[in-house]
Amino acid sequence: MSTISSQARIHGEPLQSLPQDLYIPPDALEVYLETFEGPLDLLLYLIRQHNLDILDIPMAELTRQYMDYVEKMRASRLELAADYLLMSAMLIEIKSRTLLPRPAGVEQEEDPRAELVRRLLEYESIKLAAQRLDEMPQAGRGLAVAQAYHERIAESRPPQIGLDDLVAAWQELLRRASHYTHHKVSREELSVREHMSLILRRLGAEPLLEFSALFDLREGISRMVVCFLAILELAREGLLRIVQQEAYAPIYLQAADVSA
Amino acid sequence: MSPPEPRSPELHSIDQLKAVLEAALLTSVEPLSLDELARLFEGRIERATLRMLLDELKGDWHGRTLELAQVASGWRFQARPEYWPYLVRLQPEREQRYSRAVLETLAIIAYRQPVTRGDIEQIRGVTVNPNAIRTLQERGWIDVIGHRDVPGRPALFATTKTFLDDLNLRSLAELPPLEQFTRHEIPLG
Repeated sequence: MSTISSQARIHGEPLQSLPQDLYIPPDALEVYLETFEGPLDLLLYLIRQHNLDILDIPMAELTRQYMDYVEKMRASRLELAADYLLMSAMLIEIKSRTLLPRPAGVEQEEDPRAELVRRLLEYESIKLAAQRLDEMPQAGRGLAVAQAYHERIAESRPPQIGLDDLVAAWQELLRRASHYTHHKVSREELSVREHMSLILRRLGAEPLLEFSALFDLREGISRMVVCFLAILELAREGLLRIVQQEAYAPIYLQAADVSA
Repeated sequence: MSPPEPRSPELHSIDQLKAVLEAALLTSVEPLSLDELARLFEGRIERATLRMLLDELKGDWHGRTLELAQVASGWRFQARPEYWPYLVRLQPEREQRYSRAVLETLAIIAYRQPVTRGDIEQIRGVTVNPNAIRTLQERGWIDVIGHRDVPGRPALFATTKTFLDDLNLRSLAELPPLEQFTRHEIPLG
């Protein structure tokens, strides 16, 4: 902030630094500080601004600069979010742990900065993803969906499909899939996390789902594998329960938040 | 008095089938799925045939003002991107942009779903603004799909098909990949 653009000139002389008595309205400072989305965002800004190596953060330097900003916020009587103070405490704790001598012969413990670096990198990737999302065309913003006029006569007839039909279709598909696997060339992009959401959504509507009913029978073997992986991942994260009354009985899935 | 229901003529040729699909797609408010399109023909046309017809229809419209696109919920016609700068002038109000808080919350839900409020706070390092969640819910882009079985039973958020439709995507896998820039300068913004 101490150097400014050489475009500014006073009496033909380039202005090298801001005059000491230049008045900065407190509101302007407030606006500037409000551009940070939180302590992680502020830390990232400091690291990038000063070209610090994020994988080898000089803690003393970073902590000092961070505290400077936090002090400025306090001085301008901004209501300081507790998150910022919590981060101050965390930075000081990391700094003090790096200073402690390690007794010889003791196992090398993890770099005290590791967790902070992990969180900074994760936040940065999300921050960039958010910018990318914002740049994409959206319906009503860079994307116009066509809709010709047509007088509608209300008539709804939802398709009726029984569980037996699904099970039969599933078995038929498995039989066919085993014959035709080598013909599958579709390179559809698949997403386990998308299927996790789809499955939880269905479990929200129906408390108990038979295992085989969860597979989309028309979408091919690779998608069924993704669905299966999604079920395993949901079970691992404790988001669903897999139940079976006895050996060889049908397997049912249940959302973990439904009391049994 | 409702008008007499027009009788559906027998469909003989590929062109007639495509014309029916085209009329349905052009007049639909929402994208039409293969299941919905199959109902046009009372289920007598195989899904594989429908897919082939849709591909042909897409080709027929190549180079015209509208294009046939496939998104998460199905198929729809949309204006080719080059017309947007003109179409935007008919919009009554200036387009609104979401705040960074809203966009980052959306990104976390999109890339890490299903997530709780706590997961979002862990990644962003700040308390979740309830308005950010509400804004995204009112837009129909996220919803609650369950609850994590821990004390407090926090809600699990996920993105919806509407989100994918509105961003012109068929699935989450088409989102820009999550990248980490460890060396680049990040502009303050």
